[in-house]
Amino acid sequence: MAEHHSTYVPKTGIERWLDARLPIVRLMHDSAVSYPVPRNLNYFWTFGGILMFMLVAQIVTGIVLVMHYTPHVDFAFQSVEHIMRDVNYGWLMRYMHANGASMFFIAVYIHIFRGMYYGSYKAPREVLWILGVVIFLLMMATAFMGYVLPWGQMSFWGATVITNLFSAVPGIGETIVTWLWGGYSVDNPTLNRFFSLHYLLPFMIFGVVILHVWALHHVGQNNPSGVEVKNYAKDTVPFTPYATVKDLFAMVCFIMVFAWFVFYHPNFLGHADNYIPADPLKTPAHIVPEWYFLPFYGILRAIPDKLGGVIAMFASIAVLAFLPWLDTSKVKSGRYRPIFRICFWTFVVVSVLLGYTGSQPTDKAVLMLGGRTVLDMVGFGQILTVIYFAYFFVALPLLGLFEKPQPQPASIADSVLGGGLAVPAGAHAAPQK
Amino acid sequence: MSEPNRRDFLFLATGAAGAVAGGAAVWPLISQMWPDASTIAAGAPVEVDLAPVGEGKAITLKWRGKPIFVRHRTAKEIEESRKDDAALTIDKQPDSARVKSFEGKPQDKWIVVYGNCTHLGCVPIGFSGDYNGWYCPCHGSHYDNAGRIRKGPAPRNLDIPDFAFLSESKIRIG
Amino acid sequence: MTKSSRPALLGAILALGLGLPALAAGGAEHPPAQKWSFAGPFGTYDRAQLQRGFKIYREVCAACHGLEKLSFRNLVQAGGPQFSVGQIQTLAAEYKIQDGPNESGEMFERPGRLADRFPKPFPNPEAAKAANNGAVPPDFSVIAKARTYERGFPLYLFDIVTQYQEQGVDYITALLTGYEPAPAGVTVEPGLHWNKYFPGNKIAMANPLVALFDDAGKPQDPGFYTDGTPLTREQVARDLSAFLMWVAEPHLEERKRIGARVMLWLLLLAGLLYFTKKKIWARVEGAH
Repeated sequence: MAEHHSTYVPKTGIERWLDARLPIVRLMHDSAVSYPVPRNLNYFWTFGGILMFMLVAQIVTGIVLVMHYTPHVDFAFQSVEHIMRDVNYGWLMRYMHANGASMFFIAVYIHIFRGMYYGSYKAPREVLWILGVVIFLLMMATAFMGYVLPWGQMSFWGATVITNLFSAVPGIGETIVTWLWGGYSVDNPTLNRFFSLHYLLPFMIFGVVILHVWALHHVGQNNPSGVEVKNYAKDTVPFTPYATVKDLFAMVCFIMVFAWFVFYHPNFLGHADNYIPADPLKTPAHIVPEWYFLPFYGILRAIPDKLGGVIAMFASIAVLAFLPWLDTSKVKSGRYRPIFRICFWTFVVVSVLLGYTGSQPTDKAVLMLGGRTVLDMVGFGQILTVIYFAYFFVALPLLGLFEKPQPQPASIADSVLGGGLAVPAGAHAAPQK
Repeated sequence: MSEPNRRDFLFLATGAAGAVAGGAAVWPLISQMWPDASTIAAGAPVEVDLAPVGEGKAITLKWRGKPIFVRHRTAKEIEESRKDDAALTIDKQPDSARVKSFEGKPQDKWIVVYGNCTHLGCVPIGFSGDYNGWYCPCHGSHYDNAGRIRKGPAPRNLDIPDFAFLSESKIRIG
Repeated sequence: MTKSSRPALLGAILALGLGLPALAAGGAEHPPAQKWSFAGPFGTYDRAQLQRGFKIYREVCAACHGLEKLSFRNLVQAGGPQFSVGQIQTLAAEYKIQDGPNESGEMFERPGRLADRFPKPFPNPEAAKAANNGAVPPDFSVIAKARTYERGFPLYLFDIVTQYQEQGVDYITALLTGYEPAPAGVTVEPGLHWNKYFPGNKIAMANPLVALFDDAGKPQDPGFYTDGTPLTREQVARDLSAFLMWVAEPHLEERKRIGARVMLWLLLLAGLLYFTKKKIWARVEGAH
């Protein structure tokens, strides 16, 4: 989609004066009012707006919490309880912030899977996609450090285990870990730097989000048909009011789910162990990360080698950035790719199952035969890990070569208006050129 | 009702419901900055025993994070202060209005004031200044022994906290 | 994406939370679910129950277990046991609170006030350990949220909808009534006690309810409860658990009350937005 022409017309003298000096109103108008969006976007496309809302909600509640929190090993747990008990609406702010992190990840996973299903990472949206992967990485770092701040048992041991991942680096691992800790173990210096970075990273996320949106508005949105906009008048509608009102409706529905957890089940997504103050001399019986890290944690534990596990875990995230080049199909939308669809849903199920293995004790039996464990969580995790990577390195590269796509609509308008799958002459099943 | 009107009403109702939701969401963000329950509880009234404060002496208490001066005036100082009732220029308050009573008897010898200059909040130095009351080193305000502003930029006499005599030698502040 | 595959994706992603962990209850029995007045979307605490629970805490638990995060004033505030101010001022004054230093630089003790926190039973964990056979009695401030048991798949997914979240109090109630003679063939080391609900079954704490009941379950002091509530082990365990839940979550009532309003308003707003969206999109040809 080419850059569309600005339709902003300053009405008053003040607007004209400002427009000639700082065309900020024009920028807002062009990107949030007249910006053309494909008319066939479904509700999966509302998650971008929802994510924007979640980011702002996390920053606002976070700033409030910082007004009452004390980043010191002797006071952190106490100050969180102070927020929960004494501060006006402190319990609301904390529960919103803690559950907001989970909601943020639910939304981002839907957003990512949507992009993967509809091929939103393909040309010309590679940079847009990579910026998204960067945001995802920053979110994970932020969430991890945020979870350390209440200084409960899970905070402390989560920090210990995750920072120890870096000790797998050959030769200089221990040095890196000591540097990360600022001491000989996770302690007050660690808490202080995590607090500092937990405050900084969301603003970096915000910055990358601006780039992400800029890239989006430059190339235009993908859509469920995967066919690019050809005729603005027929294929698109203006962002306001059409996308705005749809995004708002979806956002309010999402906030209802959010509110359900905040008001009625505020500790469901957390760990009971984190209500026990950190104790460096006693590890909880069963350490697990937050649910949104579990699939990656599952991969880490599936590899019996320390360095290998760490590499596999980081690779499982990093591989996302190479998706635009691993997927060789010219057809964007999974709607017209029958075999891809099977692979995609397998990948989704495998990701969920990896999360499950990540949450379970490693020696737990998955398959028993004649009273003997044939498959435990580690073995199961290994199978899943292989499928996980096979999706990227086997399925996607080969599908583009061998899969026979179904006919695509000639245009977005056709895909919506009865025209359906009417294929113009000469444009049959072959992948788009 | 015609079609456009019904539509307008729907848009208006949606906008209004959204605005109420937005306002309700902002309120906790504002409210959380008011003093919290522990701060309010810690600021509960305190009782102070005056017996250890000898004549001509003063003590400084800390209450709600602020200094409170308690000064035990001598008969001579009380007399000086009363004599100056007519000489006041900035905040005209007779000496009798600077003290409180116990069971109908004015406790003239006890001056209880917040120890923050009414100019910009610095803590004045006791038994100093041109009137042997308090002198604020920040911007040069002179107070007399009843805490009344006599000279300098301060607009008001030193503020008197809420307090009451429980006996002749005991007060409750707050 | 086909319409039918949408719920599948949503379900799959929500199920990413599949392995929500809980304390592994090594070999211990699952605590039975109790009925709690504070459960569910409109739950509130039973004031009389909280008051009884506090009495049990004071007379049975307080010697070893602290209530560090609780202030005396909390016992007066709305949504709690709601004792009168006078009652709690008297109570607070019975405690000695360390304050100071005074003019001569020495710490001194004074009677407690509403703003004071409950004094700790031991000055530090080491002292607690020394006095308790090497085990530190945990502080009770958030214990009702710090204890749980594994719900297992798929029960915990249903919990999202049923709002079951009383694992902590169910566990504490069960623990208090779970002391039994060890099964034949099991040796319980000196200083440990058999409890069928404790993870690992061997707990350092002796049955605390012997302070109130004899071996046959008969009350030592039949007048312990003054409000006519039957004095049984189960009742005592429930009352103490309810009190601990309030201690851990003192704003529960306010949270649920505000929650109901928020949900209702969001429902209204979502409905209005849905129709607004329909109306606006009606202008686009062929839109659904």
